[in-house]
Amino acid sequence: MATILTVDDTASMRQMISFTLHSVGHEVIQASDGQEALKVIEGKKVDLVIADINMPNMDGITLLKSLRALADYKFTPILMLTTESQDAKRQQGKVAGATGWIVKPFNPEQLLNVVKKVLG
Amino acid sequence: MAIDMRQFHQTFFEESFEGLTVMEAELLRLERTASANGHDTVSADPEILNTIFRSAHSIKGGSSTFGFSDVAAFAHVLESRLDALRDGRSLPDRRVVGLLLLAVDCLRSLIIAAKTGKQSDQGAIEAVRLQFEKLGSESAALPVTGKTSTQPRASATTHWRILFRPNPKMFHTGNDPLRIFRELSGLGKMKTTVDISGLPSWEQLNPEECYLSWNSELVGSVAREAIADVFSWVLDDCRLEIISNTMPVPTLSQRSVAEAVASIDAHTDTLRVSVPKVDALINTVGELVITQTMLSQLTANFTFDNLSKLFAGLEQLERNTRELQESVMRIRMLPLSFAFNRLPRLVHDMSQKLDKKVDLIISGEQTEIDKTVIDRLIDPLLHLVRNSLDHGIEPPAERIAAGKPQTGTIELKAYQKSGNVIIEIRDDGRGLRHDRIFDKAVEQGLIPADAKLSPDEIYELIFLPGFSTAVTVSDISGRGVGMDVVRSNIHSLGGNVEITSQAGQGTCFIVRLPLTLAILDGLSLQVGTHTYILPLVSIVESVRIVPDQVSRPAGGVELYGLRKEYLPLLRLSDLFHVMPRSTDLTQGLLVIVEADGKKAGLYVDDLLGQQQVVIKSLETHYRKVDGISAATILGDGTVAMILDVTGLIRMAHAGATRLTPASHGRIQDTGRHTGNMTPTIN
Repeated sequence: MATILTVDDTASMRQMISFTLHSVGHEVIQASDGQEALKVIEGKKVDLVIADINMPNMDGITLLKSLRALADYKFTPILMLTTESQDAKRQQGKVAGATGWIVKPFNPEQLLNVVKKVLG
Repeated sequence: MAIDMRQFHQTFFEESFEGLTVMEAELLRLERTASANGHDTVSADPEILNTIFRSAHSIKGGSSTFGFSDVAAFAHVLESRLDALRDGRSLPDRRVVGLLLLAVDCLRSLIIAAKTGKQSDQGAIEAVRLQFEKLGSESAALPVTGKTSTQPRASATTHWRILFRPNPKMFHTGNDPLRIFRELSGLGKMKTTVDISGLPSWEQLNPEECYLSWNSELVGSVAREAIADVFSWVLDDCRLEIISNTMPVPTLSQRSVAEAVASIDAHTDTLRVSVPKVDALINTVGELVITQTMLSQLTANFTFDNLSKLFAGLEQLERNTRELQESVMRIRMLPLSFAFNRLPRLVHDMSQKLDKKVDLIISGEQTEIDKTVIDRLIDPLLHLVRNSLDHGIEPPAERIAAGKPQTGTIELKAYQKSGNVIIEIRDDGRGLRHDRIFDKAVEQGLIPADAKLSPDEIYELIFLPGFSTAVTVSDISGRGVGMDVVRSNIHSLGGNVEITSQAGQGTCFIVRLPLTLAILDGLSLQVGTHTYILPLVSIVESVRIVPDQVSRPAGGVELYGLRKEYLPLLRLSDLFHVMPRSTDLTQGLLVIVEADGKKAGLYVDDLLGQQQVVIKSLETHYRKVDGISAATILGDGTVAMILDVTGLIRMAHAGATRLTPASHGRIQDTGRHTGNMTPTIN
């Protein structure tokens, strides 16, 4: 199955996402902000990145730009976690190279549907 | 796929409470910047606002995901306001910051309600929400009750034609037409043709760009929205036409309301441990395994030539065990900031109520202490700080008159010192007035009017149960209500409180606490055939008894004269009804112990040595016994009692009170000699 990086500053969201993805057999790497994400994927290639936007140290948009600048992550699907009220952020994300987004709140089923959409 | 979301609730609650603490601290920081520039408006550091916003945002996201809709709705109100502040659409002033602080309280009570399944105070929350609306928070009235899910109504079989021409840069967002077609084909029967007319010549072709476009036909009972949804991520990156042969049936979107199912899970206490601590633990276990392997190899073919190696191995085992013990204990250690975090808010609220100006300076909050201690330390700490603020710090006018800066200072300092954690609460207020405390104590009949007391003894009066309750706050410059409770709380943690004070200069409370409640540094003593453990902290010294110095005044209690001081002498053998090795006082030793500023001498047969013991509660296994605080199991498997020094001294003095007020006198030259005492090993 696929290797998925999930980046979120809230532990409960990370737990929920990785538990859900684990349950269908994906391998999950976790990071609590953009900086940590860049560190944990160093020298690694993942199949999908799911990242929150609002995070300390390095936010999701900056992470997105940094990932797209890496040869290994030029075309990797990267999904942003957004809320309905964040249209402007979504636009910023698109410009920075986001593949798509997952609207919060979402349940495990919705998450798996979106992941399936991206990974097949 | 059914995943029980309740398993994530505990983490969500914990991080939400942490988030609220962060919000509170940052809001107070915001307000301080306002006080600093003397204006009502707050100079908003964008990073502070961002941090506050992030916490509110995370709580909102989490609560809506985990189904706590009323928490989410309120967090949304807060978030919108913060967003407006962050974007500069509105400016933070003290009133807004005050309101945001109230909102943090509301959010906390909502989360507590969600956690415990109890009702929160709807009235108070609604009141705060209305105030936000008054502020003109545009979206305050719009609660998020859940996700709008589009449920396309099944329409009649429709024939769709879809033209899809991506921008050349589409791949750069990680999107792939293949994925889109895969999803599209799931909606119905699909036929697609590729238009390659956009392909450039080979030399000009950039493999990272997309030159193709597609023409698809889709047959199925599928709504336009469902098709558009497939393309939703790339809508801005392509030309898309969805053309229908039949008129689509209008679809309705239904708002699904997320159900808030408050978890009524039994409260499970969890501990968050930093990874380096766990790493250290694993590391030590690794060392232990190596040592164990070495020892078993050594003993498998043991010859006496290897005896020194065996000893070396055992030494290593001892070291490993000690390290393991330390690592495990460290897991329970939390930084004191967990307790200190509550104080800035308290000082803020109280100083406003009392019209006083106070700076709270906190240092050493990274000092770590056992979690149990932290939990039980919060109340006494709040009490002490409240006292400093209420009784110590003077109103601004009085301070100016006394030639002090208008703003008072309360300093909270924590540090580690020889196996203890010390917390100092120091204010630069008016200090304790000995005469008033003395008069008050006389008035209340706690001491005779002609008593001669040293400053330390006068401070002791503050901790007497009867003392404070009768004192009204405005009546005396001393400390107020319930200091006896503070002290007994700290005593129950195995610590103590001391006071130093200088009239007009301020007061300092010094709280001394053990690092942990699970392990005790003790001295083992022998009485008859029994071993007892005496907490090392309470030992002053031990002396050989000079028979001349023992007196037995009328009343039966033996007193021992030690450097002009008479101490009650307590024979442990009598107290615990064991047969001593000898009743002749010169055959044993006198251990001088001290607690709460009082001393006593314990007569024992012998001192065995200093050792760390693991504390086992006696009350859970047996019942409470006077003079004994707990039990432990020794290396040879026998059970030893740990002596309760405070209790023993009380018992000793109860017998001796009638005799000598002079025995309370303090001596200046006694140091703690336990460090260089040479134990005799039996």
